[in-house]
Amino acid sequence: MIGWAHAGPSLLAAFLASLVEFVEALTVVLAVGTVRGWRPALAGAGLGLATLGILVVALGPALARIPLATVQLVVGTLLLLFGLRWLRKAILRAAGIIPLHDETVAYAAETDLLSHSPRRLLAGWDTVAVGASFKIVMLEGIEVVFIVIAVGAVGQGLLVPAGLGAAAALLVVVALGIALHRPLARIPENALKFLVGVLLSAFGAFWAGEGAGLAWPGEDWSILGLIAGFLALALSMVAFCRGRTERPA
Amino acid sequence: MTWLTGAARELLGLFVDDGSLAVAVLAWIAAAVLVFPRLPIGGGWLAVALFLGLALILVENLLRTARRRRP
Repeated sequence: MIGWAHAGPSLLAAFLASLVEFVEALTVVLAVGTVRGWRPALAGAGLGLATLGILVVALGPALARIPLATVQLVVGTLLLLFGLRWLRKAILRAAGIIPLHDETVAYAAETDLLSHSPRRLLAGWDTVAVGASFKIVMLEGIEVVFIVIAVGAVGQGLLVPAGLGAAAALLVVVALGIALHRPLARIPENALKFLVGVLLSAFGAFWAGEGAGLAWPGEDWSILGLIAGFLALALSMVAFCRGRTERPA
Repeated sequence: MTWLTGAARELLGLFVDDGSLAVAVLAWIAAAVLVFPRLPIGGGWLAVALFLGLALILVENLLRTARRRRP
């Protein structure tokens, strides 16, 4: 039976991380649809999702053949690199050291780029438009697949809550995209990345430690301790870095 | 080939943004695998040390970045 110490954070991490990735993908798919038409935009997105599905089917069972300690160490290390990268950037953005990511600006830049790209037709398909839509879905989708597999593959039965979290995020973003027809600029992307960075760093540290043969105090429950630890550290660093940037030179 | 290089760069970019952070994290995990088991410390202390080391790596990287980018 899966404990809530694992399943709850797995589901939440996969949902929040996927939400951020799907919002970024939606921005570009919307730009393609608006400028070059919905047929190539949706075809590219569909092709991307199908390719990702094949990747999951091919990679998922292959992971089960690798010894658990090796999977925990490798996946934990990759999760740490991924999570700390997100957390570092989110802290720097929250502290005002680097600018925030703005979906409206990203949408305007993509729309401008697509408006000036020439149409290259292949069997009646606008290949630039299909390519742009396919590329963004693949790029953001690979991150989602990695997160779901990384969060889900290291513990028995965790792939289901992680997969459900990602599927729920996809449904939310698609529904909002259909309803609003504009980039989801109001979603607090940096706050989400901050939280996801904390969750993935905590999971990564836990699994890397398990893979290295270390014994965590409180066993599985130490994941909650790690989440609290990374969260406290990140919040303190935001306050500290903000204070340093606001101090007169 | 350009497409393949681009894809490899994108994939690497998922995990590595600041090279020094990635190298420090990898070195600390390597220490946890190779050095920690030889230390005469037991219980959960080594796992706690793993977390504290990661926290220190992140703090050092943030302070260095903040100092570099200070207006």
